[in-house]
Amino acid sequence: MTSNINSLEFGILNPEMVRQMATIRIVTSDLYDADGYPVDGGVMDSRMGVIDPGMRCRTCGGNIDQCKGHFGYLELAKPVVHVLFIKVVYSLIKCTCQKCGRILTKSEKIGLEKLAKNIPAKCPYCDAQQKKVVFIKPYTFNLGKDEFDSEKVREMFEKIPDEDLKKIKFRGGRPEWLVLTLLPVSPVNTRPSITLETGERSEDDLTHKLVDIVRINQSLRENIDIGAPEFIINDLWELVQYHVSTLFDNELTGIPQARHRSGRPLRGMIQRLKGKEGRIRGNLLGKRVNFSARTVISPDPMLSVNEVGVPEEVASELTIPEHVTPLNIEVVKNMILTGKVNYVLRPDGRKIKVTDDNRNDLIRLIDKGWIIERKLKDGDVVLFNRQPSLHKVSIMAHYAVVMPYKTFRMNPSVCPPYNADFDGDEMNLHALQTQEARTEASLLMDVKHNIISPKFGGSLVGLDLDQVTGIYMLTKNGVEFTPEEAADMLASAGIDAELPNKKKITGKDLASIPIPKEINMKFKANICRQCAKCVGEDCKNEGMVVIKKGQLISGVLDKTAIGAFKGKIINKINTLGDDEQLKNFIDVMGRLGTAYLMKRGLTIGISDIDLSKSVMNDIQKDIQDAVSKANKLISKYNEGSIRALPGMTAKESLEAQMLNTLAGGLNEVSKIVVKNISYSDIIAMTESGAKGSNINTTQMAACVGSETILGERIQRGYMGRTLPHFEVGDLSAASHGFVARGFKEGLLPYEFFWNLMNGREGLMDKSLRTRKSGYMQRRLINSLQDLKVFDDMTVRGSNGEIIQFFAGEDGIDPSKSDWGKLEWQNYITVG
Amino acid sequence: MMKLPEKIEQQVEEFAKEKKMTPDKKKKLHEEVMTAYKMMLYSPEEAIGIIAAQSLSEPATQMTMRTYHFAGTAGIQVTLGLPRILEIFDAKKEPETPAMTIYIDKKHQTEPKVTHIAEMIKEVKLKDVVTTSIMDVINMVVKFRLNDEKIKRLEIDIKKVSSKIKIKNIEIGVQGKDLVVTSKKENINIHKLRYKILESHVSGIKNISQVIIQKDEFDEWVIHTLGSNLKKVCEIEGVDGTRTTTNNIFEIKEVFGIEAARNAIIKEAMHTIEEQGLGVDIRYVMLLADIMTFNEKIMGIGRYGIAGHKHSIIARASFEETKKHLIDAAVKGLKDDLSGSVENIIMNKVAPMGTGSFTLIGSLPKVPSEIKKEYEKIEKEMTKRREEVEAERLKVLEEQKQAEKVAEEPKAELLTEEPKTEKQKEEKAAKKTEKKAKVGEKTKKEPKTRIAKKKPATEKAKKSASSETKKKKK
Ligand SMILES: [Mg+2]
Ligand SMILES: [Zn+2]
Ligand SMILES: [Zn+2]
Ligand SMILES: [Zn+2]
Repeated sequence: MTSNINSLEFGILNPEMVRQMATIRIVTSDLYDADGYPVDGGVMDSRMGVIDPGMRCRTCGGNIDQCKGHFGYLELAKPVVHVLFIKVVYSLIKCTCQKCGRILTKSEKIGLEKLAKNIPAKCPYCDAQQKKVVFIKPYTFNLGKDEFDSEKVREMFEKIPDEDLKKIKFRGGRPEWLVLTLLPVSPVNTRPSITLETGERSEDDLTHKLVDIVRINQSLRENIDIGAPEFIINDLWELVQYHVSTLFDNELTGIPQARHRSGRPLRGMIQRLKGKEGRIRGNLLGKRVNFSARTVISPDPMLSVNEVGVPEEVASELTIPEHVTPLNIEVVKNMILTGKVNYVLRPDGRKIKVTDDNRNDLIRLIDKGWIIERKLKDGDVVLFNRQPSLHKVSIMAHYAVVMPYKTFRMNPSVCPPYNADFDGDEMNLHALQTQEARTEASLLMDVKHNIISPKFGGSLVGLDLDQVTGIYMLTKNGVEFTPEEAADMLASAGIDAELPNKKKITGKDLASIPIPKEINMKFKANICRQCAKCVGEDCKNEGMVVIKKGQLISGVLDKTAIGAFKGKIINKINTLGDDEQLKNFIDVMGRLGTAYLMKRGLTIGISDIDLSKSVMNDIQKDIQDAVSKANKLISKYNEGSIRALPGMTAKESLEAQMLNTLAGGLNEVSKIVVKNISYSDIIAMTESGAKGSNINTTQMAACVGSETILGERIQRGYMGRTLPHFEVGDLSAASHGFVARGFKEGLLPYEFFWNLMNGREGLMDKSLRTRKSGYMQRRLINSLQDLKVFDDMTVRGSNGEIIQFFAGEDGIDPSKSDWGKLEWQNYITVG
Repeated sequence: MMKLPEKIEQQVEEFAKEKKMTPDKKKKLHEEVMTAYKMMLYSPEEAIGIIAAQSLSEPATQMTMRTYHFAGTAGIQVTLGLPRILEIFDAKKEPETPAMTIYIDKKHQTEPKVTHIAEMIKEVKLKDVVTTSIMDVINMVVKFRLNDEKIKRLEIDIKKVSSKIKIKNIEIGVQGKDLVVTSKKENINIHKLRYKILESHVSGIKNISQVIIQKDEFDEWVIHTLGSNLKKVCEIEGVDGTRTTTNNIFEIKEVFGIEAARNAIIKEAMHTIEEQGLGVDIRYVMLLADIMTFNEKIMGIGRYGIAGHKHSIIARASFEETKKHLIDAAVKGLKDDLSGSVENIIMNKVAPMGTGSFTLIGSLPKVPSEIKKEYEKIEKEMTKRREEVEAERLKVLEEQKQAEKVAEEPKAELLTEEPKTEKQKEEKAAKKTEKKAKVGEKTKKEPKTRIAKKKPATEKAKKSASSETKKKKK
């Protein structure tokens, strides 16, 4: 069944309509008879739809899948106000003449709300004095001192002429419809009951509510019929009003929530709709899907970046439908025979599971027009996703590679767009079910088409961590191989390439293999020390990368050349305009880096950060210097002679200067460490930009430095002091977060505590940040989601409103650009 | 005819001149650059808004929450990081830390002159010019001894001070160098009164609590302030109003108009993002600034701004305040033409963006006749099957109607709502069981079409426990 909704109109439900759209009138509050069948005229009447499989609807004859449900209605003994419209009702009462029923204005086109704020004391038509309208939350009105009940409200609204309604933009229907005389009763299948294990039926919240309404409505009617005293009638009337109101919205202010026997508040209609788990955001905008899988991810550098390793167990469970045609029927039969098909669908839509028993029968039966649901196999397009899905590259298309074991395997170079690591992260995989979806996925969502980020125009996919270290070490001067060694390494990396005809093959030769011949570049590598006088290619750090015709002449390839987010070579290859080529470059480079690292080995140890005694003495001196400088500041402060910084008190100035002094000291220490530490694999990692920084090395080898909370020295703790280790009023560096030791030496107990405080602050900051920025993202997306670029390059919203006359002012799409710019020199052949 | 962006056009011209190109060669160069440029343009129907929103919010997750930061060496603390970004995007009327950068014109570029301007700008409260104060509790009089030197330097007219202090029920007089304040009312807390008077504004510009003069990187004197009042500052002599700026976007809008406000949003947002060491293409910030200002006023991104004023009812209801938007639409009798993205997702349709805006209009290659026949056969079979299902439904319905007719009488009674006799009840029950049995028989024959993907039992129980309908469309 398909239907196509082209527009939605909103309005107020007409009682006549309620009667017409209903199939039955509800007359009893009983649900089931003694046999457990729905009672006719009750709110579970089987003429309002079916909820049990096997039952048939008595209105349309459909079963549970066919019948969409039918409304009923309840005649209310006395009218009640529709509580969702209560503000409108209040405004309308205020704006309507209490005598003649005209809207209290003669001006055309004035908003109801606006008019309600400023109503004349006398009717402009009949000159009648208006009494003050008092609204008592949630649904009671007084006129002057008298109660103004729903019946009177309805009478008043009936008198309002249509042309007056137009003035106040009341176009959704007649105002008297806001006072309900008939209550539509929703179809049974909108509020299905569930049968508990005990065999007991548990009804939906709405059903409970409806039963209450019907019961009280009945007793109200009986009391009216027998002419009961007014207070009884009013009490019952009020009760009907309460139940009808809480049916619509159970979060009204001013009245207690209607509760379940267990004390849980009932879910009214509004509660069903609104919020994250409500109908709109929870069911209509986000749906549960089938044909998906989730498991832990682990790295496999031998896979291409646009492949994903799928465990056999997952592949045998996920299926892809395939039509049986004259062209593939033999293949299909063979697939069924070899157990590659899970289900077959007959042309009549019936689905049959393929088992060992029926396999041969099915091969005999299967014919053109059938559909098979075959297992996932190598080369199928699947979507791969990691939450939180913050941007579009959090879901990309990969090609499946079925593999043993139980994790999804991925190339570590695609970690950056997903922001994934392998410390237990899980990811989701979706098998696409239609040809259209598969085509779009491979043309638009393939990893190779999403290497350049739309966010900043740089590469998102690129080498990471060990791959970078590997290539960095490989491309250093002095790395040489015999042709045999080189061929061996290339083979182990799965690279098929011609070796240069040389006796000694350098690492630079090998690293040149993946670089396309069209590439000519010159840039400074990550390792570049920004020397005052750059000697270019002769740099002893190999900081100047020169590539001529795809051959690496000088310099090392590191993060700046091939890394994610920065990779200059990646962006350069992208200008050639071949995504497949770019993907291959990243693949091969990554494998080469890994292969070299496997051959060479990468190891770190505690002795890597050893420093000689004299150097350690220098460092100690520097730390002592900084601390004594800090002490001088303290004594100056105590004397009251500290130089106050503009806009700060003396104490604030002291704190700021203390931090600066200690940071300066750490900086000096860092310089000494970097200068004197012996070369090791740790240093190779920081130099290449793979991981870590000089700060990390310094903190391990020499001194951790100041730990801060909210950007200030640690102040909290006991009265007048941070920890019992110190005297009250101690301002010294050590007592306020300065850690004078390195991690290798080990921290003092209180220093350890400072370090933990800082760590905890980081955790809290992170959780607060994710919440705030998550909400900001939702608001941003809601504000911008309808904007798109039109054929004339204007940016417009869904109502056609022009936001920009030329998208981005120059029309350049950052995801197709070179870092957001058109580097036209890269594209010209003349000159 | 497409044109190159101005800047690139210029570069290309210069390049051609430098290389002394012939007109032919230059034309070719132009063409090549043009081709490259065209390749870089946005594709039609690109969902630029969503990309922009993602690009702006992804770095926000990496920003610090820390509110304060030293803005350079100026010593003025201004809000930065995520709180500042939120402030800009939400279009807060007043920044948490309003700040100005005031440029000085050429005539006043000397330290004493700049210092003087700075002093004129800084708000002066009475307490800043008072040396001592004496309270006479019996006569309810407070005497303030003023600092002569300061008053002269700040060009304060002592007689006018009295008119600046706006406190009720007091009398202010001048006795030589003293300011004498007498309370007209008795029984008031004179300490409080004294405090109030000391806090009164006497000269300078209100709310500007700190001023710092500094030489910037171009060796030019500038004044940084905490607190902002663009209009008043620009009126001061010596201030270069063409360059002076504030981080209060609403003030910029008041003084320079909406286009300036748009530029201010871009400048402030880019500054905040870049200060955190994050990179976002400026085009996305421009797009956001454009949608925030395209309505002549500055709108934030939240429910009181753009997201709450969208044209589509469903889009608004799906964001926040679901009830309010639906009710409002019902009263006004509004129509949603489902032209946006969320609306279409809700209606289970493809959103009209990107590939969703296009349909295939070409015809498929001709199908060989024998295959076509095969398919026609299949189609026929399936139609037949569908008809069968429909016929079965109608048959069941007919049977039920029959059963109902037999039970007509009790039904009529139901509508008039009366006590039933025991006998009638029994009769009815009997008929019903009969009817049920019939229906049950029928349904047994019906092949179950719901084999498909059933959730595991636990999952199903969990779902139904939320007592919501979950109907599968077939
Ligand atoms: Mg992780
Ligand atoms: Zn039905
Ligand atoms: Zn009147
Ligand atoms: Zn260098």
